[in-house]
Amino acid sequence: MPFEILDKHELVPTIYLMNISASRIAKKAQPGQFVILRIDEKGERIPLTIADFDRKKGTITMIFQAVGKTTMQLASMEAGDELLDLIGPLGNPAHIDKVGTVILVGGGVGVAPVFPQTRAFKEAGNKVISIIGARSANLLLWEDKMRKVSDELFITTDDGTKGHHGFVTDIVKKILESGTQVDRVVAIGPPVMMRAVAGVTKPFNVKTIVSLNSIMVDGTGMCGACRVLVGNETKFACVDGPEFDAHLVDFTLLMNRLAIYQPEEKMALEKYKCEREGCKC
Amino acid sequence: MLERQKMPEQDPGIRATNFNEVALGFSEKQAVAEAKRCLQCKKPTCMKGCPVEVKIPAFLKYVAEGDFDSAIKEIKIDNALPAVCGRVCPQETQCEEVCVLSKKGASVSIGRLERFVSDHERRKGVEVPEKPEPTGKKIAVVGSGPAGLTAAADLAKMGHSVTIFEALHEAGGVLIYGIPEFRLPKEIVRAEVEYVKKLGVTVLLDHVIGKIENVDELLSEFDAVFLGTGAGLPVFMNIDGENLNGVYSANEFLTRVNLMKSYKFPDYATPIKKGKRVVVVGGGNVAMDSARCALRLGAREVTIVYRRGEDEMPARAEEIEHAKEEGIIFRLLTNPVRIIGDGKNWVTHIECINMHLCEPDESGRCRPAATPGTEHKIEADVVVIAIGTSPNPLVPRTTKGLEITKHGTIVAKENGETTKKGVYAGGDAITGSATVISAMGAGKKAARAIDDYMKGK
Repeated sequence: MPFEILDKHELVPTIYLMNISASRIAKKAQPGQFVILRIDEKGERIPLTIADFDRKKGTITMIFQAVGKTTMQLASMEAGDELLDLIGPLGNPAHIDKVGTVILVGGGVGVAPVFPQTRAFKEAGNKVISIIGARSANLLLWEDKMRKVSDELFITTDDGTKGHHGFVTDIVKKILESGTQVDRVVAIGPPVMMRAVAGVTKPFNVKTIVSLNSIMVDGTGMCGACRVLVGNETKFACVDGPEFDAHLVDFTLLMNRLAIYQPEEKMALEKYKCEREGCKC
Repeated sequence: MLERQKMPEQDPGIRATNFNEVALGFSEKQAVAEAKRCLQCKKPTCMKGCPVEVKIPAFLKYVAEGDFDSAIKEIKIDNALPAVCGRVCPQETQCEEVCVLSKKGASVSIGRLERFVSDHERRKGVEVPEKPEPTGKKIAVVGSGPAGLTAAADLAKMGHSVTIFEALHEAGGVLIYGIPEFRLPKEIVRAEVEYVKKLGVTVLLDHVIGKIENVDELLSEFDAVFLGTGAGLPVFMNIDGENLNGVYSANEFLTRVNLMKSYKFPDYATPIKKGKRVVVVGGGNVAMDSARCALRLGAREVTIVYRRGEDEMPARAEEIEHAKEEGIIFRLLTNPVRIIGDGKNWVTHIECINMHLCEPDESGRCRPAATPGTEHKIEADVVVIAIGTSPNPLVPRTTKGLEITKHGTIVAKENGETTKKGVYAGGDAITGSATVISAMGAGKKAARAIDDYMKGK
């Protein structure tokens, strides 16, 4: 059953948004869940977070960064093209409830999965403080969308081209140190960022949730490729997560395991570029 | 009379470097000669050994007469997947074990003849039986493995409208993701699935029941549900180092190789670590399959580590034999203690301890115990854990009123009836990991029970 791409655009350099026709998945999708897709017969299965969904239109929105072979190939597809497989919604929905004040942190492409949660926390009656960060101003994602669903919004850039010159953790720390009562923190972004946020919130004993982007194959608990150590227990990110208590996650193991196929990924990417752009080798 | 026909096979030295099928199949002449060995017993014992009740002497008689078309028709009355069964059934512990000739030397090669006639049919084009009068009843089958396909085929032949929901992107369950190409070519699984579709069964891929829809939602749309969700959850040993890079569950290793075709990387996009020294832990068919895949991926040395002796190995004798011929090293009475890494999270060794056998346990096999002071290290850059699987909890977790055991298996009666009205189950989901044919037998029984239930509805 092929899944049609309804539209695609580049939000910021290398980061793309795609709306896909998938009515059955849209009907069931919840913030925090993900899909697994396969582009074509020879394609690999990759997980992508559901950044948004429209039950009436029967569509889901995916946002991804073109960094490897499969995501670059995905980025090269256009409206009207079809994905061979789209499986979901997978993983457990985010726990959205009324807790008081919630800080939502999105780093890089991680702003995309943070958005539906921010909206949901706001709708649940929480005070929502959002912090979105990027390497540089031109890579900053969804500022307007995030502002609409936040009580306060902070921006950070690594190079100081917009907002606070520094990291998202600087703002998290400042808010916590100011004595503001914070009841929960949700952080989604690169593992280094999530680890840093966990490190900042731990001394303040604020419950902190992260969403883990492990390598997956089936996404239904069958293979164990996505296993992570949480509180010294092996968990599968696909069926036990993807969200976990940040203070219990072994981020070093997560990062090590994310690097398993680096040489193969590099090789696949080079081959893909060769085939697309013509090869001198 | 006493001698069986020998199965032509690829030479071990050559086949260890390719993924083509190991067994090449009987010639017509061989098939007829082998079938003629059948004594056509008045009270055939062989049939009692077949969980799907194939009329074995009847089909063998046709083969002996050279009427292969009638032979396959006879089999297909009871078995929708003969090309699969003829390849992966452990006939030596089923029909062939109880064949009268086995007491006098060697049983008739029933499985190989089943394979022969199904291959004959596939080459000349598969015939589909006439469709029965529709009953108007709708049945949902969850999972397209051996149990689900068999239940679906039988229910369709009874006139019910059947839809299979499969979580993966290809139908066949363990036949697709688990059993390697060299033992069961995927083209054959696809042909069997096509046959089931031609019987009128609809197959919906990429549908994870428990996520996109749950069983209660299915029950509002269908008159009954059959759960053939298998035992897809990998079991780890819970020893140090299991999360090191290079350590795989057999499920992941085999899924990458078989379903995702990573042996063709980078032409196929899914990568796999092709180890130079691979250690596989376990003694079942899945361990043999993993070891033989690792060898074909180019490993220099593949070792199977198993905590009991060869007699206790659950793998088929033929698979152990094939693995040995291909040069797989067997370290029996050896059990892993921990897996050791290089400090950068990559596996370098597996530390094992020697075992000795004590008195038999409840499974009837001798209980292994560690011999203190015999710890030793085996070099490995890839380790595959193949010590079993347990049922996937996605469906039980999301189905109210479906009782499960403490092992995670679904509670069901002999006929597949579960504790939830209108819901039946069969295969590994109720037994824990077992064989293709026992799952098919369970699918068959459940189909009958569902049919009875439909008649009363």
